[in-house]
Amino acid sequence: MSSADRRRPWLLLAPALVTLVVLMILPIGIMTVFSFYQFETAGVEKEVFTTENWREFFTDGFYHMFLWKTARVAAITAILCALLGYPPAYFIAMTGYKHKWLLLLLLIVPFWISFTIRTFSWIHILGEQGVINVLLMKAGIISEPLRMLYTEGAVIMGMIHFLLPYMILNVYVSIEGIDRNLISAARTLGCTAGQAFYEVVLPLSLPGLMAGLLLCFVLAAGSYVTPEILGSTRDALFGNIIFDTIMGQLNWPLGSTLSLVLLVMLGVIAAIYSRYMGLSRVFKGLGA
Amino acid sequence: MKKACAMTAETAVQLRNVTLSYGEFVAVNNVSLSIGRGEFVTLLGPSGCGKTTILRSIAGLVQPTGGEIEVAGRRIDNIPIHKRNIGLVFQNYALFPHKSVFDNIAFGLKYRNVEKSVIAQKVKRALDMVRLPGVEKKLPSEMSGGQQQRIALARAIVIEPDVLLLDEPLSALDANLREEMRTELKTIQREVGITTIFVTHDQEEALAMSDRVVVMNKGVIEQQGSPEDVYRRPETRFVATFLGQSNLLPGRIASVGNGLATVSLDNGQQIEAAAPSAAKAGMAVTGVVRAQKVVVGKTGPIQGKIISVSYLGGTAAYFIDAAGIRLQSISTIEERIWREGEAVAISIAPADCQLLDETGHRLQ
Repeated sequence: MSSADRRRPWLLLAPALVTLVVLMILPIGIMTVFSFYQFETAGVEKEVFTTENWREFFTDGFYHMFLWKTARVAAITAILCALLGYPPAYFIAMTGYKHKWLLLLLLIVPFWISFTIRTFSWIHILGEQGVINVLLMKAGIISEPLRMLYTEGAVIMGMIHFLLPYMILNVYVSIEGIDRNLISAARTLGCTAGQAFYEVVLPLSLPGLMAGLLLCFVLAAGSYVTPEILGSTRDALFGNIIFDTIMGQLNWPLGSTLSLVLLVMLGVIAAIYSRYMGLSRVFKGLGA
Repeated sequence: MKKACAMTAETAVQLRNVTLSYGEFVAVNNVSLSIGRGEFVTLLGPSGCGKTTILRSIAGLVQPTGGEIEVAGRRIDNIPIHKRNIGLVFQNYALFPHKSVFDNIAFGLKYRNVEKSVIAQKVKRALDMVRLPGVEKKLPSEMSGGQQQRIALARAIVIEPDVLLLDEPLSALDANLREEMRTELKTIQREVGITTIFVTHDQEEALAMSDRVVVMNKGVIEQQGSPEDVYRRPETRFVATFLGQSNLLPGRIASVGNGLATVSLDNGQQIEAAAPSAAKAGMAVTGVVRAQKVVVGKTGPIQGKIISVSYLGGTAAYFIDAAGIRLQSISTIEERIWREGEAVAISIAPADCQLLDETGHRLQ
């Protein structure tokens, strides 16, 4: 192998590596350094080594509570996305409609509108003067407006709104990849349509479903715009705590610490999950 | 065909006026077909001729727009797929990739509520039958194409279906394996005595394996009969050209006598053919002669010139120009091979020349 040959892979990798280092590794490194700085007063930190910020995170139950709450809300969101997303994904994959691309396009259409604006739209639907309350009161079903906005439910709903397409696309791709003859084979061997789904489609689409669950969980756990707009202060997620620490209290050292905590937590969950997913991938590979 | 009918008195599969159209396109056009018990019938034709659609209609994967299908004396075109008791082997085998060989073969038995101990016995026997004992625990992906093929066959046969449907099951195998599986498939079919419908576009497969060949084109049956029958006595122009290499020689019957029809070809030359009773002088006909029956030599009634030669070992394929008509001949090499440009004489035995009428059907 000539030296040019040996250089080539590195040259090809260079743009991605440089981007990763500059935009990921370096900032995380800086944050790690910051997390060991000492907080003086709002906006001022001293460049001396201290474990104070980490001690505060590990000893203050407030942070543990919000970390747990974040994991719980993200898990609920991901599971609801799976339940709501699987049927449409199945439908799009299985339909005999010849303009399938149109259905997939419809799925992506919401992305054309700013995520923040889409989130704000829920205020007009769920608010005290929102569509639902007004209609229910006009119909005389309720006399007082229901409290739907600024609740955990509203936050979860807003996140489902934004995450559902990711779930549907993931599941769709895996169902689309299933050989239709397998379903026919199951049917001729004595399965009803439902049994064939359970025996063939569901197990072979699990990798997509699992990938969708992880993606939705990680994105939900990292979100802060949705709880900011649709939740009350009690419905804050860990992202909001970080935002508040950095932008409100101007406590960068603690903010860095909390950011690293969230990063590590999501990283560990993703890693554990991928090990399990690894098995599913094998099954998926066999289907090809 | 007579032989096949005599052997199989009982009807296992009966298609009556089966039609299936997709909008304007008629995939299967009014097909009626009767298959005897234990018979090995091949549906042969080019892609899009409707052979696979017929197979899928019997399995229930597509719904005919007209007609009736009966299997084992029971009308099945109006009952759901899973109640039909039909074994289907797919071109790509369609083994469940996430299930072991055992679970694949046991699948149909499980849905027939067969007892677990009986299932184990039956799976073992099925694996013995396809000569793959002891592979129960493997995943399909750990097996070769030929082995997967056998597992697919075992899975279809183990449920003791009323009819076994094979959808081009050999086409994904490489050439050597294909010939081996051809023999094996036929042997297994004989042993089990199962009624089998085999779909292929490969004429060699069809001729080698079948009790009866059904040649299809454009959604209709062109001809059915024993392999020998359809090969040697094509009923239609399509069958004549689809099976083997044939020369089509258009002309007009000049005279009929002594059981022979003399045909004046369009280039003025004359050939003789065994005259069917319908042959009358003046009729426009097409003579059909297999390339193997065109004899190239020094003496003969038709004069021509060799245009091209392909040496095939024991035989040679010649293209010959006979006063404007191009003839193809596949001849055994007797003394020497003929060279390009040489003048040759061609003879065709009257018995080797079939006559088609203007509509492309064999004169009776």
